Amino acid sequence: MTNRAELTRRDILKSGAAVASVTLASGVTLMAFGGTADAKGADAGKRWGLLIDAGKCDANCNDCVTACSTENGWGHSDHGTPETDVQWIRKVTLKEKATGRTVSAPVMCQHCEAPPCVDVCPTGASMQRPDGIVLVDKHTCIGCRYCMMACPFKARSFVHEPVTDQKVGAPRGTGTVESCTLCVHRVDKGRIPACVEACEQAGHSAILFGDLNDPESPISKALESYPSIALRDDLGLNPGVRYQNM
Amino acid sequence: MRLILLVLALAFGAPALANDLLPIVPTAIGDPHPEGNDFMRRNHMDMMKHGRDLTLREGERDIDASLGQCFDCHAVVEDGAPVTYDNEKHFCRTCHDYAAVKVDCFMCHRSTPAEDDLNRAMAKPEDADSIAAYLARVAEESQ
Repeated sequence: MTNRAELTRRDILKSGAAVASVTLASGVTLMAFGGTADAKGADAGKRWGLLIDAGKCDANCNDCVTACSTENGWGHSDHGTPETDVQWIRKVTLKEKATGRTVSAPVMCQHCEAPPCVDVCPTGASMQRPDGIVLVDKHTCIGCRYCMMACPFKARSFVHEPVTDQKVGAPRGTGTVESCTLCVHRVDKGRIPACVEACEQAGHSAILFGDLNDPESPISKALESYPSIALRDDLGLNPGVRYQNM
Repeated sequence: MRLILLVLALAFGAPALANDLLPIVPTAIGDPHPEGNDFMRRNHMDMMKHGRDLTLREGERDIDASLGQCFDCHAVVEDGAPVTYDNEKHFCRTCHDYAAVKVDCFMCHRSTPAEDDLNRAMAKPEDADSIAAYLARVAEESQ
């Protein structure tokens, strides 16, 4: 209702109804509007993050990628151009040359605290929400792809082909850049991201989702108790996505 | 003389002509807008634009003016399926084509009602995919 409330704010001011005003000093007035200023939406006190346990991740399982693709409606293009297809999340397999040990883990937008993609964006389209989720505002994205070059994780994709029949929660369009949104449309409605749900349903529970700012949350406790790494920790970006047993 | 005839023809013929030329707005279902149609015709774009910034940047999704909600009432159905923006009968196109205003909304947004409304309502704590239920499961596992 905030939206419509905003539009009629001028009318409310004119009528003087539902407005409480306090005069702080001569010429300085503090005004409060009746019931329209309740805090909703992204909570600045939270920082959503993921802890991915490569030890639990099955190299042959691709369920998180499939779930992301289904949830957000990407990866279904029939243009026959796989080299330009978008990829919000990918499974990466690492092999240690000395020992031959291989590990597999999903890599997506790392939702950095200091995101380079936001720094380089010329239009302000690449942005970070108060709760730490990094997004592209496609209303202002001009498709210059500076953010794609700036991202050390190769997390972003450019939409080359026209898109139709998008998901309501994930608008996507040609000529813009996109990446993992941490399923922001689900998180805002109190739901866990699609990849986390799929991983749990596959019986692996390799992706732990939670609030990094809450010391009592399972993800914070796990980070406190066990060793973990941030990808490209040398860059000092403080990603919201962390890895274990890599 | 010819000119006078032309003027007369225009003067008397114009009202009938105008009615034929005006866009035929498809009938909607549901309750009418409390603000009235005239208000919506003039202000719908501002309402949606303000809402989009709040939703995307602030995560405020409890907004009473979203594209999805437009289509709750304003979807034009043809052959049993709602028409997309590619079809000139699409609700938005009837007026925008007439006014020669190009809208970019549907380059990214779907132009038909959602297949499901799963993410419109707040998750209940008992839902399996709710954050509350998930955290409870994780806490149980770690014990």
